[in-house]
Amino acid sequence: MDDDRVFKALADPTRRHLLDRLFERDGRTLTELESELEMSRFGVMKHLRVLEDAGLVVPRRQGREKLHFLNPVPIRLIHDRWIDKYTEHRVAALADLKHELEDQTA
Amino acid sequence: MTTATAQTTQVYQVFIKASPEEIWEAITTPAFTHKYFFGSHITVTAEAFTGLDAEGNDLVVGGVSEYEPPHRLVHEWRSLYDPETAAEAASRVSWEIEDKDGFSLVTVTHDRLEDSPKTAENVAGGWSFVLSGLKTLLETGEPLAG
Repeated sequence: MDDDRVFKALADPTRRHLLDRLFERDGRTLTELESELEMSRFGVMKHLRVLEDAGLVVPRRQGREKLHFLNPVPIRLIHDRWIDKYTEHRVAALADLKHELEDQTA
Repeated sequence: MTTATAQTTQVYQVFIKASPEEIWEAITTPAFTHKYFFGSHITVTAEAFTGLDAEGNDLVVGGVSEYEPPHRLVHEWRSLYDPETAAEAASRVSWEIEDKDGFSLVTVTHDRLEDSPKTAENVAGGWSFVLSGLKTLLETGEPLAG
């Protein structure tokens, strides 16, 4: 679970989409995940493998099925290492400004 | 922002550069837990998991069903720190600690949350914070800042 693998895994829109699907409903099979993507079964498997190698997805056997669970801890570690430590105050000020400006136009 | 109903089975996993024995001590000894587990003083015996605040009030309690130091611990989870979660049914927490070439792979599974939606929601962010803090404490000797 080193940072490089996590950043690499997160650098792809399909993989982020898979994480969002698991965030909505966790513990899904490959077949379920595949049905929501315009992609071959093999393609989804490849992306899941990258997410597993980064520790962002944990596979679990349940009977004959393999379920995929989202593991948020690596993202937390990146947060604690790269955001919380020395940028949070500055980022928070900009995020507040962004929200305020976007709320006005909403 | 995507929102979701909290999951009834939650899985959390982290590699920590420490032996299973060190991790076991850090999760079952109050002198360690209060540094990373939201300040709670946790004691674990073969019978009971008990988390207390600094004044000695119950925060989290539950019976222990599997106690196999330093690799496996399974206990009930009742969140007593909030009246809404305290009213819910007990859920279950399983700790697995595997030896992986000088590292330990720690997996926490919090399940049986079907009848405890408030608890499910409440612990969803908490476990990542706890495991990140446990890793930092064991690898640097210091609690997480802030």
